Amino acid sequence: MSAGNPSISPSAVPELNPFAGVDFTELERSLRRPRTLLSVVLSLLVAGMTLMALVPLFSVVWMLAWRGGKKLTLAVFTQLPPAPLEQGGGFGNAIVGTLVMVGIATVISVPLGIMSAVFLERAKESRFAQVVRFAAKTLTGLPSILAGVFAYGTIVLLTGGFSALAGSIALAVLMLPTIILTAEDAIRMVPAKMKEAAAGMGATQTQTVWMVLLPTAFPGILTGVMLAIARAAGETAPLLFTALFSNYWLLSRGRLDLMQPTASLAVLIYNFAGMPFENQVELAWAAALVLVLLVLTTNLLGQALSRRQVQ
Amino acid sequence: MATEMTPKMDPLDGNGKADVSAVMAAGDHVVIDCHIKELYYGAFKAVRDTAIPIKKNAITAFIGPSGCGKSTVLRCLNRMNDLIRGFRFDGHVRYRGQDIYHPSIDPVAVRRFIGMVFQQPNPFATSILNNVAFGLRLNGYKGDKLAKVEEALRRAALWDEVKDKLHKSGLSLSGGQQQRLCIARAVATEPEVLLMDEPCSALDPIATRKIEELMLELKQRYTIAIVTHNLQQAQRVADKTGFLYVDTSGGGRAGYLVEYGESRQVFEAPREKHTQEYIRGEFS
Repeated sequence: MSAGNPSISPSAVPELNPFAGVDFTELERSLRRPRTLLSVVLSLLVAGMTLMALVPLFSVVWMLAWRGGKKLTLAVFTQLPPAPLEQGGGFGNAIVGTLVMVGIATVISVPLGIMSAVFLERAKESRFAQVVRFAAKTLTGLPSILAGVFAYGTIVLLTGGFSALAGSIALAVLMLPTIILTAEDAIRMVPAKMKEAAAGMGATQTQTVWMVLLPTAFPGILTGVMLAIARAAGETAPLLFTALFSNYWLLSRGRLDLMQPTASLAVLIYNFAGMPFENQVELAWAAALVLVLLVLTTNLLGQALSRRQVQ
Repeated sequence: MATEMTPKMDPLDGNGKADVSAVMAAGDHVVIDCHIKELYYGAFKAVRDTAIPIKKNAITAFIGPSGCGKSTVLRCLNRMNDLIRGFRFDGHVRYRGQDIYHPSIDPVAVRRFIGMVFQQPNPFATSILNNVAFGLRLNGYKGDKLAKVEEALRRAALWDEVKDKLHKSGLSLSGGQQQRLCIARAVATEPEVLLMDEPCSALDPIATRKIEELMLELKQRYTIAIVTHNLQQAQRVADKTGFLYVDTSGGGRAGYLVEYGESRQVFEAPREKHTQEYIRGEFS
């Protein structure tokens, strides 16, 4: 005799209730059960930790907006840094300098980085690929000042002066490993079945890379590039030995001269923040806010771009 | 590039021997003449003594237990195995009389004549349109791409379902639709042969039935070779069937062809004992 036998109606043999012996209170939510209690405690802990992690982030943003926002007028974008005790002024040349140097560094490091990443993904575990990967990983931990020293030793000494170009190359050296490693990861994440599909269609290696791997990995590669740009834009140390600083516009007498000392937001903040003049300190705050906004805008643009790609 | 070689894909190969088989092949309508003596992955012998002719405008099914090497044999036919490290192969695969493993042959070019549909639907992470146009772009097709895409989607019986959302991602489709998208992608460049490696194993019965109807439709224009685990499927669609088996008793693990013939004969009156047992479901 079984409880599931349809010939026996349940009412006739009530003692064969299939749920007999199940204690339904076992199914109720209750904090008295250690498992549930632990789960609740851990959830609260995680939420609390997250909030704590957000505190420094938001305080920095708040402070920047508060202290930097006061001074943020159109003048700071159009005027040159003021002399000590001079009132007003701005840091238009530093904004241009940062944009130009980060721009050139991006133009140098992105193609190089992505090509290296493609090589690493294709060459997989070959000895040379392993060496390159190891070098890139080591370079991510490189103190940024050393990138400056490197560019000083090569470009500055070779060309005989501080220049925007030297600054760009120092920044490119810093950006390169980040781009290589994130791009390689992104390309590696392209499902193997898509690579197989491309091969099965008769795509050559080059076609597979251009038409399948890079487009599919695009959002991931872009994230890496954005990270690298954000880092480069905020770097001060590598620029101190290379681009130095300048109180004048990069564009002089109608032409862009990349071989002269060049201002940047990061170095301006570094210089002005330590000055005993209130005007300069306030400008440093405003410059910090502008720098954050620049990086933020770049990131948002990047995200919009990658979203459009994916549909 | 080797300049002294004969033109690629020429059925009448320079070395006299190939001539004969090319003519014979053409007479017998064998599109791919595959003879694998031994096939290795590194030190592992995966397949031995397997000769299967793939007949024109017919569906040839490869059946057999897991690990018998039927997918491996299928992947030999358009040199997909070249992508696997340690792959070695003794024997020949002749496409229209031309040995596709001849050193003068570019494996990439082979795959444009002999297309492939995989077990897992594998559309690219791009729009439906771009997925189907992929092969056209590979080959630098200059004509009306949209017309070609529509034609391919119609042939894959997918046009009506996707014509209003050609710019949506191919990955947004259901599994069965994705597989038909992959078929459309494969036929868009008009290959002569389609290799299908368990194309329905990831699909539900309704989607499977659709793909089977599609195969019967497609064989009017293309030559199809299919690997399947599903005996009913082979029975429903295949004209010719090859049964592969792996004999582990001797210590080896190499699969080999046990029996090849008309599907009806293989399923209803198998000549070999192993085939009989397999078809009766006595082992798997």
